[in-house]
Amino acid sequence: MIRNLAWVFAAGIVLLAGAALPAAAAAPEPEDAWPALADDIFKGRPLVDGAGLVGLEMPVRAEDAAIVPVTMRITLPPGDTRHLKTLTLVIDDNPAPVAATFKIGPNAGISTISTRVRVNAYTNVHAVAELSDDKLYVVKTYVKASGGCSAPAAKVADAAADSIGQMKFRQFAAAGAGPVSGPREAQIMMRHPNNSGLQRDQVTLLYIPAHFVDELSVWQGDALLFTMAGGISISEDPNFRFNFVPNGAAAFRVEAKDTEGKLFRQEWPATGM
Amino acid sequence: MPKHCARYTQALVLIAALAFVQCDPANSAAPDEATPLPMREIASGVHVYQAAVAMMNAENEGAIANLGFIVGNDAVAVIDSGGSVREGRRLLAAIRRITDRPVRYVINTHVHPDHIFGNAAFEGATFVGHRNLPRALAARGAFYLATFRRTLSDELMTDVKIIPPTLLVEDERLLDLGGRILRLKSWRAAHTDNDVTVLDEATGTLFGGDLVFLHHAPVLDGSIKGWLAVLDDLARLPAQRVVPGHGPVAAWPAALEDERRYLIRLAQDVRALIERGATIGAAAGSAGESERARWELFDESNARNATAAYSELEWE
Repeated sequence: MIRNLAWVFAAGIVLLAGAALPAAAAAPEPEDAWPALADDIFKGRPLVDGAGLVGLEMPVRAEDAAIVPVTMRITLPPGDTRHLKTLTLVIDDNPAPVAATFKIGPNAGISTISTRVRVNAYTNVHAVAELSDDKLYVVKTYVKASGGCSAPAAKVADAAADSIGQMKFRQFAAAGAGPVSGPREAQIMMRHPNNSGLQRDQVTLLYIPAHFVDELSVWQGDALLFTMAGGISISEDPNFRFNFVPNGAAAFRVEAKDTEGKLFRQEWPATGM
Repeated sequence: MPKHCARYTQALVLIAALAFVQCDPANSAAPDEATPLPMREIASGVHVYQAAVAMMNAENEGAIANLGFIVGNDAVAVIDSGGSVREGRRLLAAIRRITDRPVRYVINTHVHPDHIFGNAAFEGATFVGHRNLPRALAARGAFYLATFRRTLSDELMTDVKIIPPTLLVEDERLLDLGGRILRLKSWRAAHTDNDVTVLDEATGTLFGGDLVFLHHAPVLDGSIKGWLAVLDDLARLPAQRVVPGHGPVAAWPAALEDERRYLIRLAQDVRALIERGATIGAAAGSAGESERARWELFDESNARNATAAYSELEWE
């Protein structure tokens, strides 16, 4: 009897504690979405551990849920002649996990790409690099969602709507690069709301339609630097910074299209940095 | 009772005891929702709850934004409803201790959860906000409802509802509480793209919402250029004192100077970094650092502000 009372007492306290400590019970960690995701995205191809070869840099906490900087890079040992063929960025627990897939031009010399993404939840993030040996190398990191009042939505919705398609191209000298033929860095920026389509009007209860840049290609003369196939996890005003090897072409060209079928195209002269 | 069961009981008691010890301080710190929020009458008929400078969490029940209510001859206006329905109900209890006049208006100064999550405590009132507030709630409401279960708790979030305003402030709007006029003004994108200020003309008291931060590091979730651009117009509002969104009630417009200095510094630092070709990540780690000692919760906001400022200013 005494033991039974103790049992009831203990159970009661556990229940009370559970009620008083709901934070501990809230938002249970979702089960690992990655095995199924990887199988789906890469059609069952084997993934090799890319530690030491593939880098994935993100802040531990997504300071601003709408703009989380991410850098993916491959670092090959000296003498290794492989090059990057594709890069895939997956934010496992976002509503649309595949943020972007980059196809790299054959002679682009790209080994690093930075962009900005939305992060909706506490989530694993995977980067998968396909090298010219046709193998897939994977690394992952973990990002905590923003704890504050930021949201993966536009800060200034009017500005986003007014300037769709405006582009800006910046060219930088890569750190430690020589004057003429060494690797360079560039950045393409494009004004676009990249609406997720997951936002629901609280009055009409209708979803705001998705509207995002689903394809963007950057060319150096006639040579492809990269093509990005993107989704709604890419931040508003898509932004890509990358390194490349100059081929002497006089101009860069960017072509993009969004999910409404709008086409965007612009050219900039190469600066002899 | 079999022996293994007794051992199980012992384990349960131990777990329960540990849980009890852990949650006891939270329990003793959490007043009943019938307990009125402690208010201060800072001017005749203007009552303010000055919140602690803190981030929202389960222990403080989201009560981290300054709230207020203003009593007219006919009715009451609430300015921001708090970070949980529980806080909203405590605000209502505080109102009922002062007056039995109806709460006619609930003004939400902007979209952030610490200012709107108490709305459901005032259903039946007319909700008032910036013309952009319904759109911002549409874009963010569902996300806030989901993510703040982790920040606050399932229990605190159960009653929270996203209630959009039905009375919109296009530019300026006057609310008459009976012998008392409130002058509401909507601003261009600054702290957010849906900031509203409330001026009680009778006493010269301005509710600045989060256009005004004191002590609490400013949070940029709109436009740094817009925020800098509205400071002079804000300063010209004919007020004696301001209730900032966060921090102490202060003299107007001197209360703007810390924030102005921070925003100018942040913009200068970010522009210099962009000019040098630094990455957005580098900016998050260095811009605004010289302001660190001047603010509370600096680490919770500054890197984020630098990120937002960079993504805006790189288009210049």
